[in-house]
Amino acid sequence: MTPILNASGCLDALTAPEIAQSLDAFVTKTVTPLPREGNPPPRIAEVECGMLNSIGLQNPGIERFLAENLPRLSALGVPIWVSVGGFSAPDYTAVCEQLDDRAEIETIELNLSCPNVEEAPETAAELVAAARGVTSKPLYAKLSPATWDVAESARAVAHAGADGLSLVNTIRGLALDPTTRRPKLARGAGGYSGPGLRPIALACVHVCAAAVDLPIVGMGGIASGDHANDFVSAGASAVALGTVLFADPWAPARIRSELEHEGTAAVTDRLPIGRRSVSSPMV
Amino acid sequence: MNARRERVGVLGCEPVGAYTLLRLERGGLEPGIPGQFFMLEVPGRVLPRPMSLCQAPADELSFLMEPIGPGTRALCALEPGSAIHVFGPLGNGFDLDVARPLLVAGGIGIAPMPYVLDALGGDAPAILGFRSDRHAEAAASLLPGAEVVVEPRFVTELLPDEPHDVLACGPEPMLEAVRALVPSAQLAWEAPMACGYGACYGCVVERDGHYVRLCVEGPVLKDAA
Repeated sequence: MTPILNASGCLDALTAPEIAQSLDAFVTKTVTPLPREGNPPPRIAEVECGMLNSIGLQNPGIERFLAENLPRLSALGVPIWVSVGGFSAPDYTAVCEQLDDRAEIETIELNLSCPNVEEAPETAAELVAAARGVTSKPLYAKLSPATWDVAESARAVAHAGADGLSLVNTIRGLALDPTTRRPKLARGAGGYSGPGLRPIALACVHVCAAAVDLPIVGMGGIASGDHANDFVSAGASAVALGTVLFADPWAPARIRSELEHEGTAAVTDRLPIGRRSVSSPMV
Repeated sequence: MNARRERVGVLGCEPVGAYTLLRLERGGLEPGIPGQFFMLEVPGRVLPRPMSLCQAPADELSFLMEPIGPGTRALCALEPGSAIHVFGPLGNGFDLDVARPLLVAGGIGIAPMPYVLDALGGDAPAILGFRSDRHAEAAASLLPGAEVVVEPRFVTELLPDEPHDVLACGPEPMLEAVRALVPSAQLAWEAPMACGYGACYGCVVERDGHYVRLCVEGPVLKDAA
């Protein structure tokens, strides 16, 4: 059965423990070295076929996360993936170092692609290499779909030591107030997610599965067992739920039962992947 | 979570002045504490909409809204016999264990007040402000005993001099004005909300110098910073 996770930042296991326990692994909201208040509100807006968010990595920082959140998360009895973020390679290594010896953490996901904060100057591969140097935990690289050739990014992070890929993060979008024609979100643009992101995410999974031999957590607008099967067919070995959790907290159990009913797409059902034909840039 | 999510039938949409009262079957949902809210599925939209409960007659839950955007317009157009998912009750409602309650509402902020009044045993004064006579028509059917003003007059003009336990809901400038006059007031705030249960961190408001989730800490806040 295809494992079902949540997308980072789309579920708080401490306010909705029974939903977290319905997942095969819980992925935390991104943790940074220092506490962050996040971006000013308004932070979300619904748009056609999806939503925009600009939360800005609000989190308690690694010290408080380890002292207060992690003990409560590990008590839930569900495997814990910690999403790690930062603004430079030393930020990533500082957090990963502190997670490395915590047995209750199964996997580290490197958030290399948040569209709502300043980006680190290093490339995704450089950040993966830096994290690889300080932890033996499995490292998943979460990549942006907003790149000319995501397969090239996938090859680079694989070479740098990533153990898996999380595909994809949100893609930057803008919504204007119909009266004022000013941005609806305080920060201007935000990350676009939901049904409109799904074909984009599916294409990224498809080309990356052909480019690298790493497990892929597919995500982006998945809202049904059928959608999940699409991602498996394209090359994902697990799926993560994001925006659908906002509308339906019990989506993990529903999608799992849909997969049981329909059957998970078998590996043999996967799309034939013509390397050149699909890895050329699409616009 | 104590909240449930259920698909419930639509009983009808009734015009109330400029507003619409959406009446739903209650199903197995609890009405909760006045001031709490429910997330209402909107057919054809990605996100549900947060609505405070207006009335809780037997076997029903009803929600008052103004059709101003794609979500509320779709909700106000629901046909009897259709059904939507409803998730709740969510958040923290009003503390009704008070000596001298006074209900204060502006515009669509009247929405939770009929249920508040009902929970108080039907015996509390109410003062209401609206931006037009057509909006003010809602008062007569929802809170018949209330004192009403229409812009350019503001509801704060009606605040009595003697101390009351103010329970208020309305637009942000009104709540700020009420808080300035009655610092102890319980205020029901509003914010764009994606999930309603603490998952998205979208609905934050500033409180004591920090951003807190209105859906978890509120929507009713007392002594907000």
